[in-house]
Amino acid sequence: MADLATRPPLLHVARSRLRLRPGQTGVVIAGLVLLTTVAGSLLAPLVWPLDQSAVALDQTRLAPSWTHLAGTDDLGRDVAHRAVYGLRVSLLVGAVAALVATVLGGVVGGIAGTLGGRVDRILMRIVDTIAAMPHLLLGIFIVAMLRPSLGAVIASVGLTHWLSTARIVRSEVLSLRNRPFIDAAISGGAGRLRVLTRHLLPHVLPRLALATTLMIPHAVWHETALSFLGLGLPPHLASLGNMINDGQGSLLTGAWWASLAPGAVIVVVTFAIAVLAARWRDRFDPRVRAELHL
Amino acid sequence: MTSTPHLLADEVTVGYGRQVVLDRVTVRIDRGETVGLRGPSGCGKSTLVRVLALLHQPDQGRVSIDGTAVSAVRYAVPVALRTRVAALFQSPRAAADPRLSLTDLIAEPLRATRTPEAAVRERVTELADLVGLTADLRSRRPHAVSDGQLQRACLARALVHRPDYLLCDEATAMLDASTQAHVAAVIRDYQLAQQAGVLVISHDQTLLERWSDRIVDLAGTAPART
Repeated sequence: MADLATRPPLLHVARSRLRLRPGQTGVVIAGLVLLTTVAGSLLAPLVWPLDQSAVALDQTRLAPSWTHLAGTDDLGRDVAHRAVYGLRVSLLVGAVAALVATVLGGVVGGIAGTLGGRVDRILMRIVDTIAAMPHLLLGIFIVAMLRPSLGAVIASVGLTHWLSTARIVRSEVLSLRNRPFIDAAISGGAGRLRVLTRHLLPHVLPRLALATTLMIPHAVWHETALSFLGLGLPPHLASLGNMINDGQGSLLTGAWWASLAPGAVIVVVTFAIAVLAARWRDRFDPRVRAELHL
Repeated sequence: MTSTPHLLADEVTVGYGRQVVLDRVTVRIDRGETVGLRGPSGCGKSTLVRVLALLHQPDQGRVSIDGTAVSAVRYAVPVALRTRVAALFQSPRAAADPRLSLTDLIAEPLRATRTPEAAVRERVTELADLVGLTADLRSRRPHAVSDGQLQRACLARALVHRPDYLLCDEATAMLDASTQAHVAAVIRDYQLAQQAGVLVISHDQTLLERWSDRIVDLAGTAPART
């Protein structure tokens, strides 16, 4: 009895070994998931090469087994194998497009918020005008102009998703600009640049980083939609979007696994990104951190 | 009359939209003098402080420091002039960057004016001792200290450039009695040592009377509101 009471639960042992406090376990798991998937998709061509155009028509729609961990699709291609390559494309599109959108939105929102007045009004009306158009339609327009390719997909997502970032940055800068601690900094002799880099940006950056990170899943979805419409990547190239759409036909025949692996990969990876993003935001906001005891 | 150096708001008018907050208000603070300022809520006391601290452009009238008229505000004011007037605000929470430790908070004006790091550290230690911040408190960030402790840090920050004029906008209103007395004593000592002009805004009549050499009633100068 005494033995049982004194022996700490397994989870607690693991925590103390890794010097984790409660609440950090999820962060470590998310970090490991992300590290594994990103490293796996980066190293895949070296470790597990894939011939994108190869088909095996004698092995179509095989259920998951030890030879095909996630089954095969309607052309006999290994779903798990292609999902790894699909993730490469989706992460690339997601990350680069989110970065493009953040930089564009950050610059526009930052200029509007800092300068204010007429510049602010003109820039924000431009943002409103673009936001009034359906962004998928705008994205299709951009891809059609540039002709379907990886770069066009990135441009299409990046150029249509900076609007919310611009609004976030602008409102953050506006609300900070007249706070007494900015007054105090000016009064203490700080110049424009120092106030911007030392007092404004550090407060905006966490929000911006969070917006960027949360945009990655959205960008992946956008890539899916474009692929579905035939404007994304060529159909024989594996991307998570292409694969989920290919899987639709197989679903009707009972081969549910064709869409499962790429779908699950999107969910797991985006969830891991979101957990890490939240943790990052908390680090920057000491008040939240104090409440969470992180 | 003109012999003593002074901070002067001369016939200052400020309005927000159609509402006039200050209407041709004149306030003069001599070096070495403590001026009390009272008036009902919303009569423009805080706006007057912002005008005097060169943070808000008055619609009419002008501010002068030791006889030199200053027409610019905020970033446009030369740093040497800006740092001669310091303000201590009512809420230390709002006036402190939540990301900085108390040490960095006090050091920030010195770093902003490119003071060598060794001198910064020396001055910060000196001021932290003066306002009574224990070593344990100095490394904490604003969310981890009380209002009183944070206001002490803000006072240290206000004094860091040795300003000639100190404007206290309800600076002790949120503090407990002993902290209030200590903050008041620090300001008093600083004033005597530096021959600084001090403006004190407070709703506390006793405090105003005990602290000030003379009291200006802003209600008397404020216009009838439309």
